Amino acid sequence: MILKDSEKVKNAAGRWVPKNVNGKAQVPYKGLAKHKPKTRKHGSSGVSCADYPNDGNKLVTSLKEALVKAGLRDGMTISTHHHFRNGDYLANQIFDIAHDLGVKNLMWFPSASFPCHEHLIQYLEDGTIHHIEGSMNGPLGKFTSDGKMKGLGVLRSHGGRYQAVQDGEVQIDIAVIGAGCADSFGNANGLSGPSSTGLLGFALADSQYAEKVIVVTDNMVEFPCYPWQIQGNYVDYTVKIDKLGDPEKIISGTTEITKSPDRLFLAELTARFCEHAGIIKEGFSFQSGAGGTSLAVGEYFREIMKRKGIKARFARGGSNKYLVSMLEEGLVDYILDGQTFDLEGVRSMAENSRHISTSPFTSYNYHGKGNFASLVDVVILGATEIDVNFNANVVTHSDGYLLHGMGGWQNCLFSKTVILPVPLFRDRIPVIVDEVTTLCGPGELIDVVVTERGIAINPGRKDLIKAVKGSGLPVMTIEELKDKAEKICGKPEKPQLDEDIVAVIKWVDGTLLDSVRKIKQ
Amino acid sequence: MAKPVEKDKIFFGNSGPGVRSDCQVNMELLTKGGLEIDLNSKVSSMYGKSIREMLKDILGFFDIKNARITIQDSGALPFVLLARMEAMIKYHVGSEKEYLPEMLTENLYKSTKERFRFSRLYLPGNSPSLMLNAGVHQPGGLILDLEDSVSSEKKNEARFLVRNALRQLDFMGTERMVRINQFPLGLEDLAFIVNHNVHLILVPKCEGPDQILQLEKEISRLTEPAVKDDPIFIMPIIESALGVENAFEIAVSSKNIVAMAIGLEDYTADIGVRRTARGDESLYARTRLINACKAVGIQPIDSVFSDVGDMEGLKEAVRKSRSLGFEGMGCIHPRQIQVIHEEFQPGMNELNKAARIVEAFEKAKKDGLGVVSLGTKMIDAPVVKRAQKTINLAVSLGLLQRNGAK
Repeated sequence: MILKDSEKVKNAAGRWVPKNVNGKAQVPYKGLAKHKPKTRKHGSSGVSCADYPNDGNKLVTSLKEALVKAGLRDGMTISTHHHFRNGDYLANQIFDIAHDLGVKNLMWFPSASFPCHEHLIQYLEDGTIHHIEGSMNGPLGKFTSDGKMKGLGVLRSHGGRYQAVQDGEVQIDIAVIGAGCADSFGNANGLSGPSSTGLLGFALADSQYAEKVIVVTDNMVEFPCYPWQIQGNYVDYTVKIDKLGDPEKIISGTTEITKSPDRLFLAELTARFCEHAGIIKEGFSFQSGAGGTSLAVGEYFREIMKRKGIKARFARGGSNKYLVSMLEEGLVDYILDGQTFDLEGVRSMAENSRHISTSPFTSYNYHGKGNFASLVDVVILGATEIDVNFNANVVTHSDGYLLHGMGGWQNCLFSKTVILPVPLFRDRIPVIVDEVTTLCGPGELIDVVVTERGIAINPGRKDLIKAVKGSGLPVMTIEELKDKAEKICGKPEKPQLDEDIVAVIKWVDGTLLDSVRKIKQ
Repeated sequence: MAKPVEKDKIFFGNSGPGVRSDCQVNMELLTKGGLEIDLNSKVSSMYGKSIREMLKDILGFFDIKNARITIQDSGALPFVLLARMEAMIKYHVGSEKEYLPEMLTENLYKSTKERFRFSRLYLPGNSPSLMLNAGVHQPGGLILDLEDSVSSEKKNEARFLVRNALRQLDFMGTERMVRINQFPLGLEDLAFIVNHNVHLILVPKCEGPDQILQLEKEISRLTEPAVKDDPIFIMPIIESALGVENAFEIAVSSKNIVAMAIGLEDYTADIGVRRTARGDESLYARTRLINACKAVGIQPIDSVFSDVGDMEGLKEAVRKSRSLGFEGMGCIHPRQIQVIHEEFQPGMNELNKAARIVEAFEKAKKDGLGVVSLGTKMIDAPVVKRAQKTINLAVSLGLLQRNGAK
């Protein structure tokens, strides 16, 4: 979409964003904590239990029947969830059915997409799906970047997705919730069965706010299915199918720490920084993801904690066997888990009352009365690019291609200390640059950038700068890091982008932070 | 018999799945039509223009006016791309000229005979991706290897890469080393390294002083007058029964020999036994090498520990190595560096004991006593000397300050 000057506006971060996206008026980003909702929260239509079976049995014979009964028709918004990750069969089946029924112009609203959803490109091409609001990973990202999607892509964080649903920015017509275990009433959890996922937190908003809710399982149990991570009282129809996904790809059997010496080095340097900065102290809290470097940071934290006899009050996950073993060894009191990455995580959540299932509502929603992300002492995150103003990009690569979703990344920036361990360059691509291609996180919220060749601390964090003085850590300015990267790789040309906008980046409060432009063909 | 390969079908460098930070180049010389560059690069949107300019420059330098060049680039840094191009161009047209990328000023530092050589990390000489961050891990030395890690058909192109790496790869203060090939191939390697501030050359399969003399003669013939005063140190690697028997003669054959290493895979093969973790089969060879080194005042260096996953085994091996008298060990993975350093450094107990001995000695000297004693134990002069050596080592490693305070 090429915007006329009158159709776009420069936001508080200096980025041009459209005034309208897919026919809806937008609010440009105004700065941190500037935009607050004035309207009441969204509500779905009123219902009466008189219209639901008295025996609680909402089972229908097939997913197709459920979709038809839910009133599937042109132009609807259909939501799905990424608990099955790259092993998901469900989302593809939904749109196969929609295509067979000749339904057009759907909006797909997943909590994240994976390479397995490449299957849906045919439906984006033939008009079954009009556009995606969620994440556009891998092949879908490339499709979007090449300007082939009919509508504009909208990228939100996990918390931003909850906020958008709660505030009525996105009104879900039909939510299809895949669950590892469910009863015919619709109570559901991810704790058992061949497609167990640990938790179902990403589907919470959808169950609460969607017009129609379908729960699909391959492991139907007698009422009651407990714990009810999804409550059947929100559910219209339940469906039993053979297989929700490929278990091997849903949950990795085990998560393994990276063996890459460079990543281990980065992780160790990050942990050393935290130690010198006084972050690792009795009762502290941390979050580190399941990515190679983040996982290793957790292990170095463990060493430091053991050496110093320190215990953490809670760790936010992405849980995996390493975090679980810290819980079981008594190094952390609680895991507040948003996403379970391996079988040990699933087991622990089912067995251990200190391994707690959370959702984007509890952890991330910016339009709530607080959220857990801001309570965390230190969070370790990744980035594809970071600029000299500490702004960071996680969705596009330096060549401009949209390749990743944001996950909970934006939400985690509200932690007390945000650290991004990144290589100074990947192959020949510098990670520290003059200006990020796409702005996903404002530099004010990013405190420390750790690279293998030096550490840059945001000048706004005078406390951290003071704390690590004399530590022997290789602290330098972010400009020095950028110069080092350019000395090795050469100064890169700007990516070749069209004026055409293909997607937008939402900030956690629903405002527009940036636009993603089409790649020049 | 294999069909002869046409010249224009020969590729230089590497590409394919899993290859990063490298490129593969191919050239067909034409008689007209100018330069045709078919560039398929992972970074073309960011560096496409500069890559093309660089290619034109190097082609012009070698006077190539008409050619079709095909490049598969997985993000090669400029020095890698240039090395691949130069290897290819010289294969086609031959030339005495060298296209030298600028020498990083960071790489102009010198080494010393006495510096510690606890660890040295082997880097395969034809694999750029493993070189780029190697300095970050801070081994004592980085070895660009032209020998075992480079297959025979890649030997020539690896020389250009190693030369360019000596100039453009930031060694981050580590000792700059190259392992050349066995002779006579190894002598041909020298032209690519001696004028590029190489600190130390490792000589594989060294069996007698003749090889060292031959090497030094060739080095001196190739060295440009401007860098004549900078010695190039030598670390012979003893890998055969004959080499072991000649260890002392080798060690004294040149003042530039600063250390001597043992290579146990080849040695055990040579004497026809299997290499074991305990290493009984090589005890003679190792101790003989250690003794030869100590007699001459150079550092004896142990073989590599080849199971990179077994950190406990490595620790055990280093302890044993140090107890025999070795002063360093080779590494094949950066993760081994820290373990090796920790084990070769004197530990706290050792330091405390050494400090007490040295103090007792100082006190006895001050009191005019001929006999040094610690508690009820008499301390002999060699024990004092060893304690003093330990203290000196700790001071130079920054573990102790001169006055003995930790």
